[in-house]
Amino acid sequence: MYKYDQYDHAMVRARVEEFRDQTRRRIEGKLNDDQFKPLRLKNGLYLQLHAYMLRVAIPYGTLNSSQMRTLAHIARKYDRGYGHFTTRQNIQYNWIKLEEAPDILAELAEVEMHAIQTSGESIRNISADQYAGAAADEIVDPRPWAEMIRQMTTFMPEFSYLPRKFKIAVIATAADRAALRWHDFAVRIVKSPNENGAGEIGFEVYAGGGMGRTPFIAYKIRDFLPTSQILSYLQAVLRVWNRNARRDNIHKQRMKILVHELGEEEFRRQVEEEFQHFLTLGDDFPQAEYDRIAAYFAPPPFETGLNEDIDRSDPDFALWLDRQVAAHKAPGYAIVNISLKPTGQIPGDISADQMDLVADLAERYSFDELRATHAQNLVLPHVKKQDLCQVWTALNEAGLGEANLDLVTDIIACPGLDYCSLANARSIPLAQKLSERFADPARQEDVGELKIKISGCINACGHHHAGNIGILGVDRKGSESYQLLLGGSGDEDTTQAKIAGPGFDESGIVDAVERAVDRYVQIREPGERFIDTYRRVGMDGFKEAIYG
Amino acid sequence: MAEPLRFRDDAVPDEPAVSLDAFLDQSNAASVRLEAGDDVRRLGPVLDRIRLIEVDFPKFRDGRGFSSARILREMGYTGEIKATGDVLVDLVFFMRRCGFDSFAPNVPFNDDDVQAALTRYPYVYQDAADPAVPIWRLRHPEFQNG
Repeated sequence: MYKYDQYDHAMVRARVEEFRDQTRRRIEGKLNDDQFKPLRLKNGLYLQLHAYMLRVAIPYGTLNSSQMRTLAHIARKYDRGYGHFTTRQNIQYNWIKLEEAPDILAELAEVEMHAIQTSGESIRNISADQYAGAAADEIVDPRPWAEMIRQMTTFMPEFSYLPRKFKIAVIATAADRAALRWHDFAVRIVKSPNENGAGEIGFEVYAGGGMGRTPFIAYKIRDFLPTSQILSYLQAVLRVWNRNARRDNIHKQRMKILVHELGEEEFRRQVEEEFQHFLTLGDDFPQAEYDRIAAYFAPPPFETGLNEDIDRSDPDFALWLDRQVAAHKAPGYAIVNISLKPTGQIPGDISADQMDLVADLAERYSFDELRATHAQNLVLPHVKKQDLCQVWTALNEAGLGEANLDLVTDIIACPGLDYCSLANARSIPLAQKLSERFADPARQEDVGELKIKISGCINACGHHHAGNIGILGVDRKGSESYQLLLGGSGDEDTTQAKIAGPGFDESGIVDAVERAVDRYVQIREPGERFIDTYRRVGMDGFKEAIYG
Repeated sequence: MAEPLRFRDDAVPDEPAVSLDAFLDQSNAASVRLEAGDDVRRLGPVLDRIRLIEVDFPKFRDGRGFSSARILREMGYTGEIKATGDVLVDLVFFMRRCGFDSFAPNVPFNDDDVQAALTRYPYVYQDAADPAVPIWRLRHPEFQNG
């Protein structure tokens, strides 16, 4: 994975010192919170209901064991012994003291981590396929471009105050594990459509997606962009948005609104015009810099001639294998998904001890690499098939052996009203109740792939628009209420979920979800997932079962 | 009102700036004032007769002026670009990179804060409208002269 050089180190350390100075001015009363807010929000520090929350970037979801151990150390020393993986492949700490935040950033900097642009009206941490560099179905590892984009977009002067946040995703497979089209800007690496450009790769470019109160699925705005021009193209998109977005209403300033208002064609026309202009400026990093970065992402030294056979005689291990392990590009290796969704627990939460254990496993069994996923789980990307049983045993002992990837209990949930000052309703207790309701492993396996996503308010951090079953917490006359949505997807068949009907209270929504699931089981045709059945029968096929 | 912070050696333009529409209508003005929503490219054909362009920030969250300044420099404008309005001292470094070379903020800056902001970062990651050499060029000496 990428390694900082002297320049990267110097930049991150400068940011730590800048933030230390800003924090000191705040504590000494030279800045009030209104003045401090835009500064701390450039650095991932939110003021939540009970304490400050610090969001640490995990660029394109990739980290190593020493980084994970530092995250564990921070959880112990500065928080309450745990951390929370987010839907942007980041980690956040919920109980931070302002005066300690600069020290945390200094400790992070030592392991090449930071909180730069993890909040505020900025270009956020870039997300990527968590299987990047390992996936059997991948054209090429997309992370060198993600790292190049990370550097280009760090402290980008022209976009110091964008209209709103801006989220980027990068993948290189037909399967979409990164919710590509729910991003403001996203690229998928494809082979050239031109038969003469044999072997040439480029980007399929999407723009204008996003969740929040006005959800849009991104449009494809370019079929094929040469990879060497990505930074010019990205600047063109940012400039068209920065210059033309509304600035009078914070709810209408995301790029998706501009794309929608201008229309796909006009937005594309303006971007192409600006893009041609940027190409004349020569801002793109040259091939030599791409090569330098890409060298860090060279495949690890995979062994050859490994045994492909796995002893499946233990039924619990076999179940975990079938559920949590994915195909790897190298023979004899596999990708291991680690569930952070044990029954009744908080989605995405992990204790410091568990972080240390996972770091040990990465070091010993996965070429020192780990990934965080947007579904709030972790991945060991490069595990020998012959080591899978030891990995499973160790995970089991640490309470991380759940076999529920993409099943009904693999729930995405935002922090909700337990932590967040924006929330209308709690998300975590609801996720816990649903997890308990569907805890029976045989039932989960029978129900099959079903992605539940819960947001505690319309900002949609819990991706409810993309849930096969989405749940949205709302404030209804001063009490918490939940809307039920069906039919969303964040996968390659992206769709936006629709509201089923009137809302429910907390116990009512759990029952309603169960009725929807039971209805699916009752009417599904062979081989159909929940989403397939929904698409076949529509909301009408579920409504009566849900509302009676 | 405090003296504006200025990074130029030439004489300070002393005539009042006029609005973009007014400027385009009268040939004898040499100072123009851009509101956040004005299309700076309309000045393209007449840049050679401008000495000062003021770019207003109605509130610090409105970052359109950053693009306006950089576009002016991309078009070859070498006169003064002054940031006015709700300008945060912590952003002066980035504004300098976009081509601003004078500052008349609503609330005057403290000199120490300006110095701290301008010297905070030892390097830059990307090209902008200033001569700073981006990190990728430093990494590859063969690109340092062009």
